[in-house]
Amino acid sequence: MSVRKLPAPEANPETSPYWEAAKKGVLLLRRCTACRRAHHYPRALCPFCFGDRLEWQAASGKGSIYSFSVMQRAPVPYAIAYVTLEEGPTMLTNIVDCDFASLRIGMTVRLVFKPTEGGAALPMFTPD
Amino acid sequence: MADGVSTRGLVGTRAGHGPCLDTARATHLASLEWRGVAGRMTIKGKAYIAGAFEHPTRNAPDKSVAQLHAECAKGALEDAGLTKDDVDGYFCAGDAPGMGPLSLVDYLNLRLRHVDSTETGGSSYLVHVAHAAEAIALGRCSVALITLAGRPRSEGMATGTAPRQGNPAQPDLQFEFPYGPTVVNMYAMCAMRHMYQYGTTSEQLAWIKVAASQHAQHNPNAMLRDVVSVQDVIESPIVASPLHRLDCCVISDGGGALIVVAPEVMQDLHRPRVKIIGAGEAPKGQFGGDVDLTFSGASWSGPRAFAEAGVKPADIRYASIYDSFTITVLMQIEDLGFCTKGEGGRFVADGNLISGVGKLPFNTDGGGLCNNHPANRGGMTKVIEAVRQLRGEAHPAVQVKDCALALAQGTGGVLGSRHGSATLILERE
Ligand SMILES: [Zn+2]
Repeated sequence: MSVRKLPAPEANPETSPYWEAAKKGVLLLRRCTACRRAHHYPRALCPFCFGDRLEWQAASGKGSIYSFSVMQRAPVPYAIAYVTLEEGPTMLTNIVDCDFASLRIGMTVRLVFKPTEGGAALPMFTPD
Repeated sequence: MADGVSTRGLVGTRAGHGPCLDTARATHLASLEWRGVAGRMTIKGKAYIAGAFEHPTRNAPDKSVAQLHAECAKGALEDAGLTKDDVDGYFCAGDAPGMGPLSLVDYLNLRLRHVDSTETGGSSYLVHVAHAAEAIALGRCSVALITLAGRPRSEGMATGTAPRQGNPAQPDLQFEFPYGPTVVNMYAMCAMRHMYQYGTTSEQLAWIKVAASQHAQHNPNAMLRDVVSVQDVIESPIVASPLHRLDCCVISDGGGALIVVAPEVMQDLHRPRVKIIGAGEAPKGQFGGDVDLTFSGASWSGPRAFAEAGVKPADIRYASIYDSFTITVLMQIEDLGFCTKGEGGRFVADGNLISGVGKLPFNTDGGGLCNNHPANRGGMTKVIEAVRQLRGEAHPAVQVKDCALALAQGTGGVLGSRHGSATLILERE
């Protein structure tokens, strides 16, 4: 069976801590010190209050599927999904290492990392 | 007047994100928006759509994109009874080759006093109609030309099924592109969530395609003229679950153009008078991670347009609803208030969108689902068919009787991540 190739994300100075952590198997979230809310994808300014003092926080890696779709018209079918993290934010991701036919909205999932072509590891999820 | 302008700007940039604002401030801003719409600043009756042209081609390997823009411009001007020299405002979006409007303005050799290249994907052209009406109301131009054209079909573009690489500076790109977002699977996630939350079924979605095909059989230019059944749709192969091949729109070359004019210009023209009476626009994104796929920006742009026009969804006789996919139609119908949230599946079933059969005749040209989706951008053709209906120039088999009030609705970009919604309400005078 052929393996799906994952393009490497292109980091920039604003986001490189996120991708550096991913290489070490950690999913980082940005949390605002002013309004205390976590967001995704990570920004230098809080998207809720424009606070400019933000902390990086390691996510627990637990979440649940908000929605998903199995892409059949692809060289290697794959499942794209929005996963809502325990900490609040919902992120675009893939669900991997599972029988796609068993996927359901609301299913609990846990974090795994998959290597990209020559770049950082990508945070993905697999059913618990 | 100046005060009204600033109020509208404030609302446009801040009150659009209702769920993120505290209640008191949201109420305050909503009241500002209401005053802006209801009183001092309105486009209601300030401009007319005098010309509309849909390019008949669906496959144009022998033409350039600029040429298609020009042929559409010529067609719309002839339809209005105006000439190239009358144009003093020009509007185009991201399908226009070159920097913003500059290359096409030069190619068309226009002498202008107003340009606008607002880009909100397929909904751009509805936004352009509204912006043209605003510019005309302020005296910035009196004859506005809007063009769209493209050749995704002859260029062999994998429009819906290949992830599209973008500019790395686009802030969301690095967090999304590696996961393989395509047009189809990002809309499919909206459908999946809608089914989960409201019990919507594939059969109900299929009715939207069935209605479009019923209309397309009468359109000699339509790409797909065969009438299909619910069974045909749900038995077509899954592209991205839960969407089937027949839940998707066509990929076509072509284009279209519109001419928006001041009342003084309309007076001298010998075309039925299609008046712009309400408009709304609203971009929607992921809210910093508070993703909600159950509604579209139409839930904001729609009420704005209805408030300005002073009409209700029940008053609308014909609706052009952007139909990149069946789910796109269903969500916008709910968000515009034609039915309550979650009831869209039941609303579209059993032929309710078929002209002469149901309560809400939609996309009587066959829409993007069957007729035409030039440049992968369906907003232009939505306005054009609404104009045909109001003029009584739709195909007799699908013409809505005494069609005096129509709505055109577009979403552009990607419904499941970030998109721009635009609503227009048009009246035959
Ligand atoms: Zn904050």
